[in-house]
Formats: sequence, structure tokens, C-alpha cells
Amino acid sequence: MQRTGTEFGFGFLNTQAAFDIQESIIPYDPATDSYGRVLLAGFLNSLRVIIPGLILTTLLGILAGVVSFSDNWLLRKGSLLYVEIIRNIPLLLQLYFWYRAVFSKLPNPDNRLAWFGSIYLSNRGVFLPWPAMNWQFGSSAIALLVLVIAVGWLWRWRTQLMVETGQSGQSQLLALWALAAIALLLVVFGFGWQIPQETDSAVFDGGLRLSAEFSAILFGLVIYTSAYVSEIVRAGIQSVAKGQWEAARALGLKSGLTMRLVVFPQALRVIIPPLNSQYMNLAKNSSLAIAVGYVDIYSVANTTYNQAGRPVEVMLIIMVTYLILDLMISAVMNTLNNLVQIRER
Amino acid sequence: MRKWSSVFLTTLFAAGLMTACASAPETDTAGGAEGGDDTEETTAASGDSRLDTIKERGTLICGVDGGIPGFSFVDESGEYSGIDVDICKAVAAAVLGDPEAVEYRNLDSTERFTALAGGEVDMLSRNTTWTISRDTSVGLEFAPTTFYDGQGMMVRADAGIETIEDLAGKAICVEAGTTTELNLTDNLRKAEVEAETVTFQQADPAYAAYAEGRCEGMTSDKSQLIARRSTLPNPDEHVLMDITMSKEPLGPVTINNDSAWFDVVKWVTYGLIEAEELEINQGNVQEQLESEDPNIRRFLGVEGDLGEGINLNNDFMVVVIESVGNYGEIYERNLGADSEFNLPRGQNDLWTRGGLLYAPPFR
Repeated sequence: MQRTGTEFGFGFLNTQAAFDIQESIIPYDPATDSYGRVLLAGFLNSLRVIIPGLILTTLLGILAGVVSFSDNWLLRKGSLLYVEIIRNIPLLLQLYFWYRAVFSKLPNPDNRLAWFGSIYLSNRGVFLPWPAMNWQFGSSAIALLVLVIAVGWLWRWRTQLMVETGQSGQSQLLALWALAAIALLLVVFGFGWQIPQETDSAVFDGGLRLSAEFSAILFGLVIYTSAYVSEIVRAGIQSVAKGQWEAARALGLKSGLTMRLVVFPQALRVIIPPLNSQYMNLAKNSSLAIAVGYVDIYSVANTTYNQAGRPVEVMLIIMVTYLILDLMISAVMNTLNNLVQIRER
Repeated sequence: MRKWSSVFLTTLFAAGLMTACASAPETDTAGGAEGGDDTEETTAASGDSRLDTIKERGTLICGVDGGIPGFSFVDESGEYSGIDVDICKAVAAAVLGDPEAVEYRNLDSTERFTALAGGEVDMLSRNTTWTISRDTSVGLEFAPTTFYDGQGMMVRADAGIETIEDLAGKAICVEAGTTTELNLTDNLRKAEVEAETVTFQQADPAYAAYAEGRCEGMTSDKSQLIARRSTLPNPDEHVLMDITMSKEPLGPVTINNDSAWFDVVKWVTYGLIEAEELEINQGNVQEQLESEDPNIRRFLGVEGDLGEGINLNNDFMVVVIESVGNYGEIYERNLGADSEFNLPRGQNDLWTRGGLLYAPPFR
């Protein structure tokens, strides 16, 4: 750096970025905003992939893992086929597949697909109804959270009553259904759903837009990582001693209940540590978003160091960002791990 | 609790690492100034110029794009061709006496400057726009412009997009880390048009996304758009809009603070232009050695010692012209009448014919 006459420093973060990015959660205007701001927008875009990615991966992975023990031949083989195909193809190729062969191949905006007048699909992205982000949604969301906690508490109380006093729990069940109905009403009417309105060809107002780039990276990551999670779940379930299965059957539990009440809680102890590393992989692999044109932190940082001529500083920023992100995932998973471990006395 | 403190410690360690890196260059300077007399001497004695490294190595490592027909393009047999490639060949001929002593590196637009700064390549000859910030804060040296270009916009012929206002609400594909990316933002701002920019790391995915209809517009240097259009599935279906969004002077680049090497690249490039002005070409260069004109005699090294001043042989331009010809020949072969693009010279003509090419005197 000395040789080329440039100096190390982070002052450039305050200078005007002057390049536009495709999408951003926070308001970003290339006319006034700085490199620091655009990097933050990129980071939030990364989180926008990583957080839903982790949730969806967990759901899909557990589903595929549990299904591999199913008595249904089709489901069992389907799960096997999915895992073997997805695990053996490089992620980058899969991302290209999702982007180039699926989301870019959707019809152009003039011939977009539409369902129920509220869901639109074109090569510009997927448009879905979505709650407007205002006080109404906020208060409804808090009310929903309270409801969920109440349901959880009621459920435990009911189980306790049924176990300890042998009551049928019918009245509590009724209360649970009532709460569920309230929750449903709250979600449907209280969230202030906005339906995408077509203002001009291809331009929509309101609702949620998942751009083709975002959809490609999210789909690619979820489907790829889930295949690994599925194998971890399968291994975890197999690690539970056969006697546990047989004991549960002997008590007359059906196979679904055996899995849910007896086997899975024990399998969690084995599942969580390797799951941790798959979660971190997902977070790190999200940097491949650049291949499909999604503006995540890595993509923004690449442009930034190029335009500002600051490779060393920007690389440091990305490294520290990913490090902190992974440490946070790790910390959460370790806490979770402590909760499910056997307490030795 | 223990877990959390370990997380905290690791973060602290990372921060420490960062500050350590931050202060490293300063400690270097301090060490050099205090007791590092001998280290300074060795760098000074060997000249520490890229030029010596290249002569020792026997090959020139030249950073090119590799994907733009007419500028730098790899064909099926792995042969490179194009105006940028010919510049690399001219420099190799001047320094090493052999136009084929070049190793090409394909670089994308975001990695080119780091590759140059890290010493992976000796020079860039890769459609790089000369701007003040690249010249100063990025730490580069720009040799004379070899192609005067302007930014254009390619759209589908049947899309009915004619002015920049028609782009409102459309998607535009662009390559990351380029001046075109910045100019696009500026131009949309100026016209107060809201359009979606889809940024790609490399040119190939960007053009592929445009070809597949992800974007209604594709923006880049006009010459590049014309060249790239020839590689699209149906070139006739795409047109360039009648707008010029910026000035794009493209030329070879070397790293800052190495004047010995920069001078070579600079004057070889000027030499190509001067040769055209003096009407010396591949066919007549041997005859011209007999010329009575003192300008030509000096230029070709028959008289004087112009080559020595930049640590080359006096007849370096003879070798260059024999291998690649003068600028006019390079242009016609790659972009002009002898190529599939048939681009008129326009601004890229000699100053004597109304163009912008002008070489300072060789004396």
C-alpha cells in the first residue's frame, strides 16, 4: 500500500457511495448516502436471506429426516433421492440452476402469472400479499405473541391435570380451540394485509416482493442445506437405542407419537452440535449470492472496495462481519445444546 | 456464562487483529527509517521496478478481460486476439523482443485492481476507464487512451424504449465495480427516472441475464455492447439506444510509483500512434529504416538514443511495428473494416484527421 501511495484507514466509509443497489430494507439513496450505509444495507440483505433460510432449512431438514423412517415406501425413497441428488451437486451449480433455469425463465412482466388477483409471478420476482408495517400490524403481532404464550401455558396445565388428576381435559381443549380461532381472526383481519396493486406494467405497489435473485439464493441455500440437516436428523434418530422404540410400542404408542414424544427429544442431543455447523455453513454460503446478482454484504463490499480502492479495509470488514455472525449462531446453538443435554447428578 | 465470555474474548481477539493490521504499515515505516538502511539500499540498487522483474522472468503477465470480441477474446483454440491483446503484445515486443512472450490472465471487473496492486499481473489492458479517483486514491497510473468510448444502453428492438425516460420501472443489468455502474446511477438520477439495477460480478452472467429477459436494458461501453451483441443468440433483435451516458477513455494501466515501468507502457502506446502518423506500418517498416526523414530515423532508433532513456533497445519500435503494426492497423484488424464489427474510426482517429489520438513528439 505504501508503494502505491495509498493509506490505511476507514475514513472512506463516510464518503458518498454513488452506486445503486437493487433492493434494500432500509432507505438508501445513492445521491446522498455513504459507503457505510450501503454496507449496512448489504448486511441487512444478508440477514434477510440467512434468518428465513435457517428457519426454512430446519423445517425442511427435519421433515426430510423424519420421513426417511416412514412406513410409506414412496416417502422413504423420495427422501433418499432428494438427499443423494442434492448433496452430490455443488451449491454454486444449484444456485445457477435456480436462477437461470427457474426464476429467470418465468414469463416476462407483460405475461406474468396471477392467482386470486393477489399473487403474481414473473421474471422480475414473486409478489405476495404482506402485512403493512405500521402500528396496527405491530399491536396485532404483540397480541398474537401473548396468545401463543397463553396457549403454551394452557397446554402444559392441561397435560399436568390429565396426568396428575386423571381429568379428561375437555374444557381446556375447548379453550385452546377458542384461542386458536381468535389467533386466526387476528392474523386474517388484524395484520392489515396489503395486496400487490399493479400500477404500471410490472410495477407493483404494496405487498411483498421477492426478487428473482432473492428467491434463487433463498431456495438454493434452503434446499442444499436441508439435505445435510436431513442426514443429521436421520443419524440422530438412529442413535436412539432400539429399546426405546420397542418400549414405546409396548406402551401402545402409535409410530407418530413414538417419534414425537420418545425418540425425537432424545435424538436432539445428538442432532444439535452438527446442526450448529450446518447453520454456520448456511450463513457463510449466503455469500455466494453474488453469483446470482443478489446484493448481499459480500456483493456490496466487492463493489465498494473496487470503487473506493480499499481492498484491505473492506475485506477486514467482511471477515469480521461473518465472524461475528457465526459466533452469534454458535452462541445460540450452544445455549440450546445445554438445554437438551442430560443433567448429570 | 463461560460460553458467553469466550464469545466475547474471540470478538475482542478479532478486533485486536484488526487494529494490529491497521497499525502494521506505520510500524513498517518506522522500522525502515530507524535502522533499515540496508533494506532501503537493496530496493534502491535493484531499481525495484517491474521492468527488471519482467526482463528476468522473460514473459509479460498481462491482465485482460478475455470475453469481449474485438478487445480481448479467447477463441476455441485458446488464442487471444483483440485490440487490448495487441497492446500487451506490443509491450512484450518492446521489452522482450518477442510479441508472443505474454501470459494472459482473465480478470473480472472487481478483481482487476487488486490483481495489479498485488503484483499478480504486470499491467492491465482491459477496457479500463481513466478516472481521477482510480488515478489517485486507487493508486494506478493510466497510460495513453487506446480507445475513446462512451457508455450506451442496449435494449430489445421491439421493446419500444427510445429515451432514458422510457426505462422507468424497467430492470437494467450492469457489471459490478465498473464506471458504467456509477454513470447509470447518475444518469437515472439526472433524468429522475426510477429503474431497477441488477448488478453482476462478471460480464457473462450479466449478458446472460439480459439475453434471458431478466432485464429490459443492458448498459456498458458502446464498443463492448456492439462486440457482445455479436455473441447473443439473435444479434438483430437488439439495438443500441441513441444516447451517450458518459465519456469512457479506455487504456492500459500500471501500478502507481513505478515510473520506469509506466514510462515503457506509456511510450510504447504512444509509439503505436506516432507510427501511424509517420505512416510506418508492418509492411514498410524495413524500408523506412532507410528513410532520410530525421523524425522517422529517430523514431526507429537509426539515430539518437531514445530507447536508452526508458531502458529499452533504441530500435524497440521497429520490433513493435513488425509484430503488431501501427495503431491504425491494430484498429482495422480488430474493430474496423477488417473485422466483423466494421466500427468507423470516429474519435479514435489521428488528430490530423479530426480524431483525438495525439502522441507527444519522439525526441
